[in-house]
Amino acid sequence: MNPLLDVDALSAIRLTLELASLTTVLLLLVATPLAWWLARTTSWWRGPVGAIVALPLVLPPTVLGFYMLIALGPQGPMGQITQALGWGTLSFTFYGLLIGSIIYSLPFAVQPIQHAFEAMGERPMEVAATLRATPLDAFFSVALPLARPGFITAAILSFAHTVGEFGVVLMIGGNIPGKTRVVSTQIYGHVEAMEYTQAHWLAGGMLVFSFVVLLGLNLLNRKTTRVMP
Amino acid sequence: MHNVIKSIGLAIGIVLLGSTSFAAEVSVAVAANFTAPMQKIAQTFEQDTGHKAVLAFGSTGNFYAQIKNGAPFQILLAADDETPARIEKEGLGVTNSRFTYATGKLVLWSKKTGLVDDKGDILRGGTFERLAIANPKLAPYGAAAMETMSKLGVLQSLQPKFVQGENISQTYQFIATENAQLGFVALSQVFADGRLKEGSAWIVPANLHQAIQQDAVLLNNGKDNPAAAALLTYLRTDKVKALIRSFGYDL
Repeated sequence: MNPLLDVDALSAIRLTLELASLTTVLLLLVATPLAWWLARTTSWWRGPVGAIVALPLVLPPTVLGFYMLIALGPQGPMGQITQALGWGTLSFTFYGLLIGSIIYSLPFAVQPIQHAFEAMGERPMEVAATLRATPLDAFFSVALPLARPGFITAAILSFAHTVGEFGVVLMIGGNIPGKTRVVSTQIYGHVEAMEYTQAHWLAGGMLVFSFVVLLGLNLLNRKTTRVMP
Repeated sequence: MHNVIKSIGLAIGIVLLGSTSFAAEVSVAVAANFTAPMQKIAQTFEQDTGHKAVLAFGSTGNFYAQIKNGAPFQILLAADDETPARIEKEGLGVTNSRFTYATGKLVLWSKKTGLVDDKGDILRGGTFERLAIANPKLAPYGAAAMETMSKLGVLQSLQPKFVQGENISQTYQFIATENAQLGFVALSQVFADGRLKEGSAWIVPANLHQAIQQDAVLLNNGKDNPAAAALLTYLRTDKVKALIRSFGYDL
């Protein structure tokens, strides 16, 4: 039997792609205003907020997973809120993983967009204002299109980074087939169970996928920088 | 001058020789569930024999992969009896060096006092949302939990409530943070000095599942190490056996 056709493997791949897609979409919505604010503000808060955004870059996923497990639990702050809303606790659910992934991939979305906004400078917005564009209009018709390469990088990195997520899902997922068991935890399970053939299929697939994503990103960036002076 | 150098050299030689023949070091890979007892054992081992045991804690499956790929461990204290058997069969360990150093006891545990009754009847009532078990494919305690529930005839009805930890420590975390109301863990995790540390528990009778035998095996790397031989002998002394029992294991 081809292990690639394994029902468990397919379900883990599907779940991983769902999680990564949804995380990417939500992250872009959250990251855009945050990146805009970070790029333009002169507030004292810029430093601390920027540091908080960058935290998942340096923290081991076990730290995030550990605190998420506590925060989502019935005694934790998020657990208290979700229980009050009648949703129960979110650990071991897809939504729990989604929240975990958003936090975990946050810097990968915010930083490229922030850099794109910063690279743009004040000038385009000022010009738009002299042409009587409202700030909101200027943001959508001037700033967003100019920052496009940043958005593409942010989307691809968020997606790929979520696909590669391991420690957080391991710690708050509960490894439920079809619900919280993603490719990375599936690989871990295969290795632990000494099922090396299945592990190789999935792990090799992940390796090829990651390479293709990064190669694509590289080519795309070169192209956009060549087009834009 | 020449003489001085010679005698210093001789002195160093004697010290080195002495340290290798009298006090050696052994590197041991220890199943995570045996962490607490093994730390104690390593302490008394050093006091009693002068040898030093350097411990690494982790999951048996992970250790197997590392040993197969040349990790320098000299003894494996596994969480099961299958891995040491496999290691011996594959020529990674010394033939006939295997023995059971502890038999694990399964417990249904909740952090809440009074939630788990002393007969495990709560499993039939099912008045809880999530039941944590260790991945039965990876952890013997998980497999024993499945067997227990199947014998009690509650496996089918409880299955939708399962959340799985990759190993017994993670399963414990799920329950300790109350993300799962209760679950099956190793008695050694919730037990100290012969009593429950907190919460409520049902110690699963041994006849409801196959014995969770934890075997030790001498690895090829440790073949000629006197400290490795000494530790394997030490684990079988009555003093150590009593200590292992006080942590909630059978022997």
